Amino acid sequence: MNSIAEAAGQAFLLVATADPKLVGIVLLSLRISLAAVLIGCTIGLPIGAAIAVNEFRGRRTLTVILNGLMGLPSVVVGLVVYLLLSRAGPFGAWGILFTPTAMVIAQAILIMPTIAALSRQVVADAWEEYREQLLSLGESRLGAAATLLWDLRFSLVTIVLAGFGRAASEVGAVMIVGGNIDGVTRVMTTAIALETSKGDLPLALGLGLILLAVVLALNAGAHVVKETAQRRYG
Amino acid sequence: MTVAVHMRAPLSLLPLRLDDVVFEVGARRIIRGISMTLEAGPRTVILGPNGAGKSVLLRLCHGLLPPTAGTIRWNAPELPGGPRQQAMVFQRPVMLRRSALGNVTYALKRMGVPYGERRERALEALRRVGLEPFAGHAARVLSGGEQQRLALARVWALRPQVLFLDEPTASLDPGATHEIENVIGALHAAGTKIVMVTHNLGQTHRLADEILFMHEGRLVERAPADRFLKHPASREAAEFLEGELPW
Repeated sequence: MNSIAEAAGQAFLLVATADPKLVGIVLLSLRISLAAVLIGCTIGLPIGAAIAVNEFRGRRTLTVILNGLMGLPSVVVGLVVYLLLSRAGPFGAWGILFTPTAMVIAQAILIMPTIAALSRQVVADAWEEYREQLLSLGESRLGAAATLLWDLRFSLVTIVLAGFGRAASEVGAVMIVGGNIDGVTRVMTTAIALETSKGDLPLALGLGLILLAVVLALNAGAHVVKETAQRRYG
Repeated sequence: MTVAVHMRAPLSLLPLRLDDVVFEVGARRIIRGISMTLEAGPRTVILGPNGAGKSVLLRLCHGLLPPTAGTIRWNAPELPGGPRQQAMVFQRPVMLRRSALGNVTYALKRMGVPYGERRERALEALRRVGLEPFAGHAARVLSGGEQQRLALARVWALRPQVLFLDEPTASLDPGATHEIENVIGALHAAGTKIVMVTHNLGQTHRLADEILFMHEGRLVERAPADRFLKHPASREAAEFLEGELPW
């Protein structure tokens, strides 16, 4: 109990004084996870919307697979990306293993199915309501997908956040493809894992608190945006 | 050159010819072989009890449902993917999460109207239905009657040759209903063919030139409105008129 209180005290000190090492780790984490979310959304949102509004053979199977991939274990993604990017792998020539770029790729792959599956659900529900009106106006299926993504922008914020939350909090994939190199690929989650095993509880706890605060702040912000928008736009 | 000519005077969609049209969902036959021709001009009202297939017939004509059998042919069919010359107003209007103006300009964009013309044309349409003061308001927070007027403003801006309406005033109060009927009248006066499904006999009196009476998926009777309402020829129509409350 004492050690927790002690660690918490020191953790607050680290946060309050903006310890440069801590700040570096936090910023790298945010940069990597935000880039992964950006890529994941650019690919995942259109895929989800396109599956929702198009009728084709195998749509149900695809939906089941997509939903299943939401539970993709991050270490498996890490392992696959590692194999692809390692010197002997097909993309070994790029030489990006153990760089932040590799971590962005791994996280983007990890969260893309989540974003696609959740947005498919949201767009499919709305499609029920909009379908006849949009087709009556002469909208194509792809046009309708784009229209719905924009129309549902406030609901999709929650999905984007879910993606960010998963990316920022996972440790398996970034540990494998990033290597947890101090000052280069060390992010909040890998640092927490390492510092805990080393016994540096204050740093680990400080990082944990920041990780928690970031995720909470983002969710609170998104909630406010959504509420305001819903009152304004209905 | 040809394109420019077409834009100024689009080929007439009408008449619309239905030939032995059947529509089934699973084993249920909802439309049981309807053949008819819709000509330009008279306001056509489709009457009939619940489950007669009125709304389905509208959707078949508008192309939202494909017929199971039979053919539906326009005089000059619209090009697939091209701008539509026909529109539909639904019982419950569907608005996008944009301003009232944005909902109209969206439809104009689909029609291929150049960016520079959309705003002016949309504002004119909003003025026409008395919604200009609400141009900047979010469409989905407008009242039911206002949303239905907005749906008609959208139609007004598109200037379609044919307008299908599926019980457009079913969930509105008398004041809103009156306003909607005014706009429908104005659209008719401007040359748009009106094809409307309604349950409201008062509205039928006010708006109909001719009646299509449907019963259990069949077109039972077609007659000028006056004659139909006073002297229905079929037993089903007589029973229907007796049973419906006259408002």
